Amino acid sequence: MIAELGHFALILALLIAIVQSILPMVGAQRGARPMMDVAAPAALLQFGAVALAFAALTHGYVTSDFSLKNVAENSHSLKPLLYKITGVWGNHEGSMLLWALILTLYGAAVAAFGRNLPPALKARVLSVHGMIGVGFLAFILFTSNPFLRMLPVPPDGQGLNPILQDPGLAFHPPFLYLGYVGFSMAFSFAVAALIEGRVDPAWARWVRPWTLVAWCALTLGICLGSWWAYYELGWGGWWAWDPVENASFMPWLSGTALLHSAIVVEKRDTLKGWTIFLALVTFSLSLLGTFLVRSGVLSSVHAFAVDPARGAFILVLLVVAIGGSLVLFALKAPNLRATGNFAPISRESALVLNNLLLATAALTVFLGTLYPLFLDVIGGDKVSVGSPYYNATFVPLMVPLVLVMAAGPLMTWKRADLASVLMRLRLAFGAALAVALVMVIVTRGHEALAPLGIGLAAWLLFGTLKELAERIRLFQAPWEVVRNRLTHTTRAAWGMSVAHAGLAVTIAGITVASGWQQEAIQTLKPGESVTLAGDLYRFDRVEPRPGPNYSAEQATVTLSHDGRTFATLHPSRLTYPLQRMTTTDVAIHTDGFSDRYVVLGDPQPDGGWIFRIYYNPLVPWVWFGALIMVLGGVLSLSDRRLRIGAPVKRLKRAEAELAA
Amino acid sequence: MPPENKSTLGRRLLFLLPVAAFVALAVTFALGLGHDPTMLKSAMIDKPAPAFALEPVMADKPGLARADLGGKPMLVNFFASWCAPCRVEHATLNGIAASGIPLVGIAYKDKLENAQRFLGDLGDPYQKIGLDLDGRTAIDFGVYGVPETYILDREGRIRFRYAGSLSDEVLKTEILPRLAALERP
Repeated sequence: MIAELGHFALILALLIAIVQSILPMVGAQRGARPMMDVAAPAALLQFGAVALAFAALTHGYVTSDFSLKNVAENSHSLKPLLYKITGVWGNHEGSMLLWALILTLYGAAVAAFGRNLPPALKARVLSVHGMIGVGFLAFILFTSNPFLRMLPVPPDGQGLNPILQDPGLAFHPPFLYLGYVGFSMAFSFAVAALIEGRVDPAWARWVRPWTLVAWCALTLGICLGSWWAYYELGWGGWWAWDPVENASFMPWLSGTALLHSAIVVEKRDTLKGWTIFLALVTFSLSLLGTFLVRSGVLSSVHAFAVDPARGAFILVLLVVAIGGSLVLFALKAPNLRATGNFAPISRESALVLNNLLLATAALTVFLGTLYPLFLDVIGGDKVSVGSPYYNATFVPLMVPLVLVMAAGPLMTWKRADLASVLMRLRLAFGAALAVALVMVIVTRGHEALAPLGIGLAAWLLFGTLKELAERIRLFQAPWEVVRNRLTHTTRAAWGMSVAHAGLAVTIAGITVASGWQQEAIQTLKPGESVTLAGDLYRFDRVEPRPGPNYSAEQATVTLSHDGRTFATLHPSRLTYPLQRMTTTDVAIHTDGFSDRYVVLGDPQPDGGWIFRIYYNPLVPWVWFGALIMVLGGVLSLSDRRLRIGAPVKRLKRAEAELAA
Repeated sequence: MPPENKSTLGRRLLFLLPVAAFVALAVTFALGLGHDPTMLKSAMIDKPAPAFALEPVMADKPGLARADLGGKPMLVNFFASWCAPCRVEHATLNGIAASGIPLVGIAYKDKLENAQRFLGDLGDPYQKIGLDLDGRTAIDFGVYGVPETYILDREGRIRFRYAGSLSDEVLKTEILPRLAALERP
């Protein structure tokens, strides 16, 4: 009964979305206010209906209602409650429903909080958003309905993939989707602006918070995903340039570019066409990412054709959304007029360079991800593009990006003096050079990438600090002035400094972790030990450990350094009888600077066990840095100017007061 | 930087560029969609398996060569540690090994240590494993993409190809009946 309610709510949501996509748009074209005003309540209702459907499916999972095909195929009565709930989106149908839930959540948020938006823009934005909703809800209802019943009702479910029974992965999709789907807002704003034919600083300011929210969520989502891969998959790495990872990384790169180019539109009223284009591309990449991953076309050539109806629907959806918006862009964007001009050396140019590099990086990842598919279609060889390709193409793009990144914020708008900027950065440059030299000495000149990476991280960090110091006039003005400037620095400026510093931390983490990882694979009998990176790992014993839906063998490994015990780790092997699947539970000891990472492998006939042990220096910094970047985004999001009305409105009010 | 204020034909064409790129992409997807690899009949069906000799993967197991095929009906499975569906089908392969059906493996374009790790973690169901580093042998077999599983008869001829992840269901409906038919004298 409840499932039928959910099904009904989903149909209702589709109908509301259809109304929401037509009426407000027509109203905005005709200037009919009552029709425009349909948008906000429709968006709220649509969210309510999808939330109801989602709750109904969750209810099915929590109560283990195996008459629902989706629940029977993906859940099991013995599964812990947490994974019953997260199992809702651990499968195709449910994850699409989560997608729709988050999509409508964003729509409802604009309806509720976008009070200072001009009515026509708001109507158009929500109308475009409604169209996306129509596409997705129709996709769910016609090809991926989670509310289908099955007869006879099976006695128990088929369980969830044990690899997916993990908190990191369970909460990874919601954040990833908050990011992916969040860019739908920038997309809707861009399409609405194209229809209106107007892009101005006020528009950029209205889009900014939504882009920032999406960016922060996507950063967190990628971070969680990579952390999950790190401790769950048990191969000691944190990024593999896997198509699934790339699918989330591409919108992140173009979304980052969008965040920066929107600043130029807001402050300088130029780069409009490019910014709109980035908004369209970022969401298009999100769509591509979702579908390519969901349809499995990238992980295996075999999966896409599993359900041809689904694949065809996806393709039509992509063509309408991406193709349609790009055609609109080609028709309307050439008419966008810029008012601000700028010199080749200026803050604008630095941001343009940032955009070009980020866009090229996104394109690089895109080509690497889709190349196997292209080759496949034209009947060529089957290839897989791996990390050598990305190391060869991505790293050279990131080097100039980071170089410019430290200098960009020191440049003035319109026209900057490069010589003066470089002079002001001489200390940062000297410090970065010193750090790089130290790295050369530490590595005895054997490594080229390590000094480069660490030097770049130092350059970025010191450059960012220098900019901050200049802004608050540290060491240049009396303390009262500094304190005054410190308190009056905008949250947006703080956000930039913090986010840039976060990237410096991540770069340092990536460089050291990829250059200095140490690995040992050894068969150990209880009582034996192995030494890695100066630490002694002693294998004490293996004990059975029962679980709710698995059985496990848990080892005890004692870590000591110079005879001093500092950690006891319990790596284990889990066997899921239902799936006849074995997974490993990695044990990690971290001190914030480095990780000791122990994996329990197969038992050997001679009574020994295979152990894989990794020493991963500075690897936590990869995620610390990402979290700092998110903090920067949140700081920028809390900036006062995004909360108060738009500048144009204020200007008009001032004019009105003058006239009166 | 040039101001965006000239509305010439060239400028309009520039804005059409993304559309053109997307059309190409959409066509690729459409072709990829119509491309159902499981439907493709392998050109190698009923032909003898190609000649090859591959290096071993596991230290305690011999490599694989053409001479090892034949004698009795058997399964040849192409896998790779980087392939997620291979991970999925591995439980079924372990089941096949346990039931005593002859099964040999070819690691497709895989790094030696990755393949070893893959089998170390998930279990090694193969009687013999060869490392097809450059994918040459896979091309000769007509492999479309991993995982794929071939049924060979006792003369070493390819009799059936299954493209995609094996499951117990597929094993029961597609593989076992064909193997049983080949077992009959």
